[in-house]
Formats: sequence, structure tokens, C-alpha cells
Amino acid sequence: MNFEKPLPLATPTSQPFWEALTRHEVQIQQCGDCGAWIYYPRAFCSKCLSPELEWKEISGRGTLYSFTIARRPTAPFWADDVPQLIAVVELDEGPRLTSTLCNVEESDIRVGMRLQPLFDDVSDKGVTMLRYEPE
Amino acid sequence: MGLQGSAAIVGIAELKPEKKPTGPEKFSIEQWAQLARLALLDAGLSHGDVNGLVTSFVMESAMLAPATVAEYLGMEVNYAEYVDLGGATAAGMIWRAASAIELGIADVVVCALPGAMTPQPPGAPPAMDGWLYGASSNAYGSPQAEFEIPYGNIAQNSGYAQIANRYAAEFGYDARALAKIAVDQRTNACANPEALFYGKPLTIDDVLNSPMIADPLHMLEIVMPVSGGAAVVLASREKAAQTPHRPVWLTGFGERLAFKTHTYAADLVRTPIGPASDTAFAMAGLSRQEVDMVSIYDCYTIAVLLAIEDAGFCAKGEGMDFVNSHDLTFEGDFPCNTHGGQLSFGQTGMAGGLSHVTEGARQIMGRAADNQMTRCDTVFVSGNGGIMSEQVALILRGD
Ligand SMILES: [Zn+2]
Repeated sequence: MNFEKPLPLATPTSQPFWEALTRHEVQIQQCGDCGAWIYYPRAFCSKCLSPELEWKEISGRGTLYSFTIARRPTAPFWADDVPQLIAVVELDEGPRLTSTLCNVEESDIRVGMRLQPLFDDVSDKGVTMLRYEPE
Repeated sequence: MGLQGSAAIVGIAELKPEKKPTGPEKFSIEQWAQLARLALLDAGLSHGDVNGLVTSFVMESAMLAPATVAEYLGMEVNYAEYVDLGGATAAGMIWRAASAIELGIADVVVCALPGAMTPQPPGAPPAMDGWLYGASSNAYGSPQAEFEIPYGNIAQNSGYAQIANRYAAEFGYDARALAKIAVDQRTNACANPEALFYGKPLTIDDVLNSPMIADPLHMLEIVMPVSGGAAVVLASREKAAQTPHRPVWLTGFGERLAFKTHTYAADLVRTPIGPASDTAFAMAGLSRQEVDMVSIYDCYTIAVLLAIEDAGFCAKGEGMDFVNSHDLTFEGDFPCNTHGGQLSFGQTGMAGGLSHVTEGARQIMGRAADNQMTRCDTVFVSGNGGIMSEQVALILRGD
């Protein structure tokens, strides 16, 4: 059984997001019509359905909206990676995203704590994952 | 707006939940036929009376499931519906069936949810995708494949744990109150010989001493999927008059869904059962105080707590005090999941959601056994799919 961890496969819509991460930049979309910040990448604005979405570089910083410490692997791929520190991060621009926490003691994790991006280059795969650590 | 309350549940069928199914495995369509047969027998109705079917997925046909079921049962119907709402599927089926009956396009509708493993072809490798990804989609272009699965944000436990931690940050967290939900439901299961955990009492300390699965959720706060199945027959007022049981009228419903992955919920702790319940109670013209029993979808203890609050049985943030100060057993002052809930009755796959409907009907019909309430005329039922992401509220009433 091959339990190589699943990696994101960029689509034509999301490619700028993943390409920016390989340069250690965070880019998300902003709607040219209603001004909403959008995550995850879309072809149409999830506030107004406008197709006028523009890629903008942001700091990627945010706060911890919620988290869990998974003591059992959420799927067999992470059998050797427990505990998994799975997080919902609220970007300073507003949208939330899913990530994992790094460089933090379990007992120090607090909802509302400030977080900054940690660019995790997956060797040989040309993919950079957007993880988070305390500011 | 809404239902007149002239469609009723008139027959129910439920297989006893089992950890390992006894007897030979059956295909979904075979289970469907078995469940339909039992529910129609219970209603005193026959094959020829049925002119509506509501199904969810069947393992034998990825597309055209209603036609697959109709053909297998040998039924021509005026109304065939496919419902895909995860744990809210069962409750979603009931209001759709009742609506079709009130529209006059069908007068006897069968809703069934098989909940047992199906046979695999000899020598075939086991199907892996469901095991690896659960309800998450790993298809190319799926937002979950790209933005959730690679971070390990898969399956239910971590999502409900994140709801619980967010709740704790906003309102505080009393782990004993959460555990008490499981304990009171176990007391109910111990009065219900059909329940998986019949004869196995539970204490709050047992719950809190069970292994931590995903902080702050303990193993005994999480449902265990088992084998089973359930079906319900709904009928018009005219047809209901010919059936043997006290009819259980659907007088109100509401439905609300907004996301698939909880990360994108507008508010993780103010859940869609709120607006769904407001719609249901307004449609039924009832207040919360008029409810005799709540049958709340309980995949996790935190799901019950949030539903009690968001459906309006207590104020937001006061659910833990409410649980501590009320007796949730069938003899208590706030009977909740009198069959034991899925936590203690058993989560029979998709049919687990239907157990909340069948138990509501059983109590109103007066057909529960040792766990029968002394008086039960009005039941609130909730269905909850995904990570509190798709929710349905039903109001059931006896005359
Ligand atoms: Zn817009």
C-alpha cells in the first residue's frame, strides 16, 4: 500500500497561489467589483459572482480561529505524524484557511494567537505548503 | 408558508444495530427492498399502494439511484427523489416526502436508508477511497483535494474538535457537561433492548477517562459506525386513516446549508440548525416549550450541545449549564434521544440519522418499550451532515 502523503495539484485557477508560495510569497484574490478578499482561489467571486478577481500579495499573517490536536491520524498518510496540529487561520484580510501549526508547544496554543506563514518546501515536488507558526 | 401537516409517518422499520452483521451480506438494493417490505408491513400498506420513493446513494449504481431502486422494487412511482445531505439525509428525506404528499403527487412514499456492508466481487481489492478520504473529495479540482486533504484536514473528528475548541474559546468548556450528554443517552439505551449498548451503563468519569482522539474529544463522545438500516412510510391523511398506528404528522421543517468544510463556515459555533429550527417552529406554529422530546443528531456530544443552543432550547453559551441542570433521559425534564442516540443506540451508517425520526415516531405512537415516555405528542428532530454544515429540523406531532 502506497501511503505517500497527498499533495495539492494546482489547477489553472489556483496556479498563481501555488506559484507564489514557491517564491515564499502569499497571494490571494481580491474582487475588482465588490472588493472582497477571496480564499480559496476561485474563478468567480464568492460574494458577488464577478469574474474580475485580481491576485494581490498579502503578508499572510493572521490569528488562530480554531485548532485541534489530533492524537489519532486523520488518515493513514499521517500515521507517523501524530499529533497533527490542524488549524483554521483567519487572515488579517478576513478569509480563513486550513493549515497546520509548527514551532509551538501544545500547551501554548491559544485561539486568537498571532500567526505568521511558514513556507514548507516539499523537496523534489516543486510544491510549497503554507504552514503557520507563532509570530 | 409551508406544510399544512396533512402528511404523516404511518410505518417504521429499523434493523437492530450490530457491530458485525449477522447473516449474509446484502447489496444496497436488496437491503432497500427488505426495509421497504418491513415498513410497509408495519403500516399495513402494500406494494401497490406506493407511488413515491426517496433514496440516497446505492452502492450498485453511482447514477440514477431512484430509478435503480424503483426498478428493483418493481414500482412505478409519480415521485422519486435523491437526497445527498450526509447525516441530514434522513431528515431531508422526510420533509421532501411530506411535501410531495401535500402537493398531491403521491399519497404513499417510502424512504429507506440501507446501513450494512455490501458484498464485494470475489477476489476484488477492497475499495480504498472512502476509507482514506471519508466524505472529503480527492477529485482533481475539488477544493478539498487542493486545500484540505494535503494538510490532513480530513474526516469528522478533527472538524468537530475544532468546533469544540472554538466554542471553548468563546464560552468556556465544561468537559463534564459534554460527557453527561453521552451518559444520559446511555441511560436511555439501557432501557432500550434494541440499542447497541443496552446493558452497559456509563459514567461521566468513564467518558473522561476514555482516550483523547482529537482534543478535546474523547473516544466515548464520538459515534461508532455499525451495521443496520431503517425505513419510514409516509402517507396522506386519507391513506393514514387506513393504517393501524397513531399517525405522526410532519407539521414543520427547515433546512439550511452553507459550506462543506468547516474552515469556511461564517461562524463555527452558531450553526445552521438555528435558522432551520426557526423556520420549522414558525411553520408548525409552536414554541420550544411545547416540545416533549428532542431527537438530536448526535455524531458527537458537542453536536448535541450546539443543537440544543442553536435550535433555541436555551440561550447561546448556556448549553453546558442547561445540560447540567436538566435530566436528558426518557424520564427526565428534557428527554433527548430516548433510544440512546447514535452514540449509544449505534450509528447505522446513513440510517443512523433515520433512527432519530423512527424514535420520534415510536414515542408519539406509544410504541417504545421500557423507554416509553409517559406522554409524548410533539417531537423535535434534527439532522446534521458534514461538520455541522448541512442541517435539517423537523417537527413531528400526534393528534
Ligand atoms: Zn465580488
